Amino acid sequence: MTAYTATVTVRLKHGVLDPEAETTKQALDRLGFELSALRSADRYEVDLDAEDADEAEDRAESMAERLLANPTIHDYEVSVVEADDAQ
Amino acid sequence: MTVAVIQFGGSNCDRDAVRALNYLDIEAERVWHEDGLPEDTTGIMLPGGFSYGDYLRAGAMAARSPIMAEVREAADDGVPVLGVCNGAQVGSESGLTAGAFTTNESARFQCEHVHLRVENADTPWTQEFETGDVIEAPIAHGEGRFEITDERYDELEANDQILFRYCDAEGNLTDEANPNGSTGNVAGILGEDDSVAVLMPHPERATLPDVGSTDGADVLTGFRA
Repeated sequence: MTAYTATVTVRLKHGVLDPEAETTKQALDRLGFELSALRSADRYEVDLDAEDADEAEDRAESMAERLLANPTIHDYEVSVVEADDAQ
Repeated sequence: MTVAVIQFGGSNCDRDAVRALNYLDIEAERVWHEDGLPEDTTGIMLPGGFSYGDYLRAGAMAARSPIMAEVREAADDGVPVLGVCNGAQVGSESGLTAGAFTTNESARFQCEHVHLRVENADTPWTQEFETGDVIEAPIAHGEGRFEITDERYDELEANDQILFRYCDAEGNLTDEANPNGSTGNVAGILGEDDSVAVLMPHPERATLPDVGSTDGADVLTGFRA
């Protein structure tokens, strides 16, 4: 078994309104920053032991499917690195 | 008969729900989620609140608690299930109903009285109304914006699964009357069977005459059907 860190990034599907990001963008505008758009995403870092990187990725994808993301409004992506390489 | 009002950690409308149901002579009791459904359960209410602090997404944690498997099983057997506010979020997160309730368009907690148009009066929850009737009930939520894919939305409409829409006092579906930016002004929908319904407004807060509108009483009497 090898220790891995799987990073699950959950973001709203294209076209789904993101009021928190819009409010944050307005605050950046008020601070004088110039930007045309801002999107937010949630990132989960999962430490787990697996036989190989594929197994670690499969398990992290299951976590995203069953809990971390809501398929109605979210897309997600998973990336895996050996835990020693994390940071 | 007993309506089980399921109490999760962070539920806070469970007592109100029991009191409103009892006022309507409908037997009801609070059931702690870890205790499972009582054997004499004849109805299930998922109450409002902030189960598990709304962590991850409103309703996400409660939707995956073991008692929800029992609730889905009971719903499949035809036991009426009503999810209100956080209970609606739990219902949609658990797959009892379609779509998702997410952050209000305003990004603010909206606490106000709204008007609702009855879209389908041929259900246990709306049998006291006529389709097109306008009723009044309070909302209190930060994540009530109904989101759904276009395809699933068309299915809901085609199957008459939309129960209530936000409207103005005359029943017009306007953007101004839509408090949270919900798709199609949707405030409440049915599951696959019309014995399952979820809605963001609070019928239990519009039942006792002392607190204002009593239109919600006619929704809760769906448990008698």
